[in-house]
Amino acid sequence: MSLSNRLVNLDRRYIFFVILIVIIIPYIRPLGLPIRVSREAEGFFSAIEKVPAGGTVLLAADYDPGSMPELQPMTLAALDLCFRRNVKVVGFCLWPAGPPLLNRALSQVAPRYGKEYGVDYVNLGFKEGQEAVMVRVGSALPEVFPADYNGTPVSTLPIMQDVENFSSVHLLISISAGYPGTKEWVQQVGQRFQNANREMLPIVSGCTAVSAPEYYAYVNAGQLDGLLGGLAGAAEIEKLAGVTGTATRGMDGQSLAHLIIIAFIVLGNLLYFLGGRRKK
Amino acid sequence: MEAGRALTPPGPGPSAPHTTIVRGAASLCGLLLLVLLTVDAAAETVGPPTSAPATLTFGRPGDDGIPPAPDSVGVADIPNDGGEALRVSWKAEAETGVRGYIILRAESADGPFAAIDTVDAATASFTDAAGPGHPLRNGVTYHYRVAALGELGDSESATVTGTARQSFFNTDRLNLLVLLALFFGLVLAYTRQAANHARRGGMPFVRKIAGLTAIEEAIGRATEMGRAVLYVPGIDDANNIQTIYSMIILGNVARTVARYETPLIVPVCRAFVVPLAEETVKQGYVDAGRPDAYVRNNIRYLSDEQFAFTAGVDGIMLREKPAANLFLGSFFAESLILAETGFATGAVQIAGTANIHQLPFFVVACDYTLIGEEFYAASAYLAREPKLIGVLKGTDWMKVILIALMLIGILTESAGWEGFRRWFVLR
Amino acid sequence: MLRREFPLAITCVVGLFMVIGLFVPERHFTAGRTEVESWAIIIRAFAAVLGVANIGRISYLRISRREHEWVYHVPLLIGLVGMIVLGVGGSLGSAPLFGIAEGTFFNDLYMNVYVPMQGTMFALLAFFIASAAFRAFRVRSFEAGLLALAALLVMLGRVPIGAEIWDQLPLISDWIMNIPNNAAKRAILIGAALGAIATGLKVILGLERNYLGGE
Repeated sequence: MSLSNRLVNLDRRYIFFVILIVIIIPYIRPLGLPIRVSREAEGFFSAIEKVPAGGTVLLAADYDPGSMPELQPMTLAALDLCFRRNVKVVGFCLWPAGPPLLNRALSQVAPRYGKEYGVDYVNLGFKEGQEAVMVRVGSALPEVFPADYNGTPVSTLPIMQDVENFSSVHLLISISAGYPGTKEWVQQVGQRFQNANREMLPIVSGCTAVSAPEYYAYVNAGQLDGLLGGLAGAAEIEKLAGVTGTATRGMDGQSLAHLIIIAFIVLGNLLYFLGGRRKK
Repeated sequence: MEAGRALTPPGPGPSAPHTTIVRGAASLCGLLLLVLLTVDAAAETVGPPTSAPATLTFGRPGDDGIPPAPDSVGVADIPNDGGEALRVSWKAEAETGVRGYIILRAESADGPFAAIDTVDAATASFTDAAGPGHPLRNGVTYHYRVAALGELGDSESATVTGTARQSFFNTDRLNLLVLLALFFGLVLAYTRQAANHARRGGMPFVRKIAGLTAIEEAIGRATEMGRAVLYVPGIDDANNIQTIYSMIILGNVARTVARYETPLIVPVCRAFVVPLAEETVKQGYVDAGRPDAYVRNNIRYLSDEQFAFTAGVDGIMLREKPAANLFLGSFFAESLILAETGFATGAVQIAGTANIHQLPFFVVACDYTLIGEEFYAASAYLAREPKLIGVLKGTDWMKVILIALMLIGILTESAGWEGFRRWFVLR
Repeated sequence: MLRREFPLAITCVVGLFMVIGLFVPERHFTAGRTEVESWAIIIRAFAAVLGVANIGRISYLRISRREHEWVYHVPLLIGLVGMIVLGVGGSLGSAPLFGIAEGTFFNDLYMNVYVPMQGTMFALLAFFIASAAFRAFRVRSFEAGLLALAALLVMLGRVPIGAEIWDQLPLISDWIMNIPNNAAKRAILIGAALGAIATGLKVILGLERNYLGGE
């Protein structure tokens, strides 16, 4: 069998091995490639910066462990930005596997700024209902979440005394891995409710890389004020927040992986055009 | 593919079951209205404004530290609501000395006036909306005054009155109503047209979709190789439209495999989809005249968890090596894992989903992909149901109308006229 | 007869009410829609409970009848019942055995078993996309060539190394994402939305009954 035929029929485990190596190497020897911040990531950052000190944001952590590598760094960076500016965070999840991840993020970031649970932030846990919950939160959040993730009635929590609905908060942050998520927030809530500043409730999104292309349309239409896409987006917000987290460290590996995949595409096409075709 | 098979004749006209539905619906309407009136009565808020009166020190306007009384104060009902809001406006003074404005409200011209909010000096209007602590009722007349806050004292405007009135139609959404009515009209008209066509023995035209021919070829290939056909109806629940459409295609696949005596494996991700899939496949075998060949164990519930289900399907593919894999339904991140594993086993793969973010993975890894609405169209094509084809036609014509509107919009925007585009903005 | 007609009537009434309520701000309609939204949350929560019960029933039947691959349903049931008891059994006892807070068995199992397993499966995508790209991404036509070019530009532009290779790459990548990609995505979104609205109309009017199951 000629070399080109062998390459065309290459056992895919060799390809897997190459990917593994190029991802691992930058963790051992970081390349330190500079992160470039996109306009959409700046929009995400600015939206949080516009929230006045003492204001409140809603954080919808709609993801599960599968998307954790991409989305947890976004949650951590968003919490960092909020807490350092004394912005309160009311978190909840529309994915059943989300609350422990949100809990973990809160317990990692809050102590750095001396924030107290129930006063400066709260995790309301998961609620089944998808779009129905989204709309209902807009009019009566304490009715939808009568207790927090630990079962404590929200009426006893100081942070929830002034939070009734969207007009009690300044911003909605949607960290989303799929359905229900950003798209449903925009469709059900966007342009329908006012925030505490009596403006249309601004929504910003952090999503997986595969979903991001779909949401650019919403950014361009003004329905989303900011967008973070995938690990790159997470690295961008980490840069804006001034933190070096897992996303920043992962970008070197992602850079090399993209280069290698491009090389595979070029090689595959070269072999194809040089006669190593394989009929389906 | 049975191209010559006549359409299923549409049902008869209004019949006993439909009359029952109409009667039942009317009864439910009455019951619902009764419940709503009760709910509304229970939710009525009664009582004057609950804010504590503001401490205002009135001085003579024009004196040092006393700003002039706010000018041009007016109050207007906010339209397109349930009588829950009024807007108070005034002329904001640009000169210094005004620290802010306080809005006062009373239910009687003689008072007592209570402060309901304070705004900054640059603000020239305030929306008094119903809410906790701010009861505002439909049809009730309210009296307002606006006080300008100065360094050494405050000055108050004259009293103005306004009545919040509820609207019965939200005129801001007229554009949406027109478009929806147009769309619904098209869908219903073409559905009726298709039904009439079918009654006369005809068949509304739907273009052939390459992926559908490929399904039959794939089943044929599996039969020749003596291996199974694997049909994955997506990972979403029975309430998802794609799952419903997938069941239609599954029924057709079941009829075909029953005729060829090819095993059909259907792994299912959601517990609620299991009885749906079982009934669909069983009906397919019955329709093909082979009820004895139906194997209930081939409808396999694996797990509700996305990646546990994916691991289970991968296991089926690697162990049982089906010759044809059909991925038709709602898929998410597991799509590439399924398609790549299927490719590794050498199976012919046909995919179809309306989840556009997964389409690139299926296009790359599968032999044929039904993209977005082709998947819906495939169901209509296979089912040969006049209703489904009518809906398809209505949707297609609506797209033509939208394209025309977009072209007009491009021209008007380029010409500098924004009125056309503004009409479509949803408020 | 009631098994099908009654659900259809409920669907028709509630569906039409919610659609009409979009255009009618009158307070009875608004109050009614708010109530229906609350009911929807409660009904969906019950559906989740029913789903769990259904999983239990199906698994139990498979195990008791020793049907195909019944043995995999044993750990499924153990995991299902175990996690429910550990998580919900706060009234049976306290942490670390019961409860969902950090430090409990539930949380440890979640963080140390569930999270790594999900992460592992998701991580397979990185390897599979590489093998799929090598195997199947062929420039067989002009359009495929355009697609390949766009893919290469976006892949390079989205990562830091792209800016190091050529500082215009990120701008080109942004342009591709914001202009041609947006145009195509909007078209598909509109099409999918029209399909969803049409199906909703069919369900409300009772023209679509597949979700009710067979006769």
